[in-house]
Amino acid sequence: MSGTSATMLELRGVETFYGRIQALRGIDIDVNHGEIVTLIGANGAGKSTTLMTICGNPRAATGKIVLDGEDITRMATHEIIRLGVAQSPEGRRIFPRMTVRENLMLGATTGDPANFDEDLERMFELFPRLRERADQRGGTLSGGEQQMLAIARALMCRPRLLLLDEPSLGLAPMVVKQIFDVIRQINQEGMTIFLVEQNAYHALRLAHRGYVMATGNILMSGTGQELLANPEVRAAYLEGGH
Amino acid sequence: MEFQFAYFVDQLINGVTLGSIYGLIAIGYTMVYGIIGMINFAHGEIFMIGTFLTVIFFMLIIGTITFFPLAVLIVLLMSVLLTSVYGWTLERVAYRPLRGSPRLAALITAIGMSIFLQNYVQLLQGARNKPLTGILEGKDDILRVKYDLINTLNAAGQPYLVTISNLQLLIIILTVVVMVVFSQIISRTALGRSQRACEQDRSMAALLGINVDKTISMTFVMGAALAAVASLMFMMHVSTTDFFVGFLIGVKAFTAAVLGGIGSMPGAMLGGMIIGLVETFFGAYFNQEYKDVATFTLLVLVLIFRPTGILGKPDIEKV
Repeated sequence: MSGTSATMLELRGVETFYGRIQALRGIDIDVNHGEIVTLIGANGAGKSTTLMTICGNPRAATGKIVLDGEDITRMATHEIIRLGVAQSPEGRRIFPRMTVRENLMLGATTGDPANFDEDLERMFELFPRLRERADQRGGTLSGGEQQMLAIARALMCRPRLLLLDEPSLGLAPMVVKQIFDVIRQINQEGMTIFLVEQNAYHALRLAHRGYVMATGNILMSGTGQELLANPEVRAAYLEGGH
Repeated sequence: MEFQFAYFVDQLINGVTLGSIYGLIAIGYTMVYGIIGMINFAHGEIFMIGTFLTVIFFMLIIGTITFFPLAVLIVLLMSVLLTSVYGWTLERVAYRPLRGSPRLAALITAIGMSIFLQNYVQLLQGARNKPLTGILEGKDDILRVKYDLINTLNAAGQPYLVTISNLQLLIIILTVVVMVVFSQIISRTALGRSQRACEQDRSMAALLGINVDKTISMTFVMGAALAAVASLMFMMHVSTTDFFVGFLIGVKAFTAAVLGGIGSMPGAMLGGMIIGLVETFFGAYFNQEYKDVATFTLLVLVLIFRPTGILGKPDIEKV
């Protein structure tokens, strides 16, 4: 089953609650092998909750999440990650009192130790700043450097599915471009990517397909180009500069 | 003058010996606090169980193994192993079901487990003192061998001899070795990295595939193992135990952990040393009965002027 079907990740009727507050109201999402799929929407729409629910924290209250044919809805977070999912989460969540190198070592927790040196070298090539900062503590990095580290850390385990939460948040345009270039590059090398973004223009241009989310619901979906051309999407998420 | 110095050295050796024991126990408090933010008040009882296991294992093997250092090593390994099982079970049974509940619930449970373990041992082993001396029947004489350091006369003109015994050397050396091994585990191994990751951001650690529950279990196991090492030293040194022995020593080791900066491993060791030295020196120079008062006064002073402890750092880094 694994790897043969077109769909890698499948969400069906997923509802998530924080206490009594409902954050996801029954969403359906598909991510196919080799795709970049983006989820766009305003603050508080439930985008980050979607990514976290895929990883089992918080767990979906109802509905089903399937990864390559395997039902992961009830699995513990670390078990889901061990199936080859990696996330660069909202707020980056670098370990502040550990060095850049240690953060990357932790990223390789579920990876094959034999690949470690090669992967570390590759991250340093993708993000040369991290090489310069390798022995500095995570907490001392700038926001952009932390973002690079969060992405690199997620890549260290060679995931089959990479979940990225707002990689462009709060970064200078130059750095945003650099990070989106990296995302395109690793996708072309075969990695499936599910990208949450507020920067809708960049995200839709990059993605094969996209979903638009508001108040815990999926409003519409389509190819990146279709959504870019859609008047409603333009009015709500794109007008007023990108 | 020379006598003053000799007396000081004598007390210094005693203080460092005692401080080693406190420090090793304090690490258990500090590691658990670091990773799950709770004070494991039952840790003193884990130490107490270690002292009983030391007695029991010596009883079992001292007849068959005549070479005493080998007997000590076997007892140490067995006691570390079984005490760790107690530490693991304590977390599994009492603390893990409360993960995510308010801190007060965990705190009360810890106090409850402390009382439970005291009564459990009292019920199984009786309330009377358990001396180790009778069991060893002098086979531990090798530990009492002393080396002369300073030979001088006291104020009254009588000979005053400062010595260090094999036991004191063993305690100090074993502490240093154990400390080096543990700090290497924390700083260089995957387990240590996982522990530090869980300390800083538990749910992020899980997002990287770290089994947080297992990592917390291992932290309790490591803390209990160190307490077992300390309990063997304590039994060689003090030679008697009872079901309540963990209380005061636990409180002092906890004080050591707070003094050094709770959450910091070097801090726990430093705090243990300071408590051991303050207690010994206060007893030696001022008043033996009030030595505990001196210890806790020091704690109060540190908490007033440096609430994070000596090596504890206020968390100012951006996350």
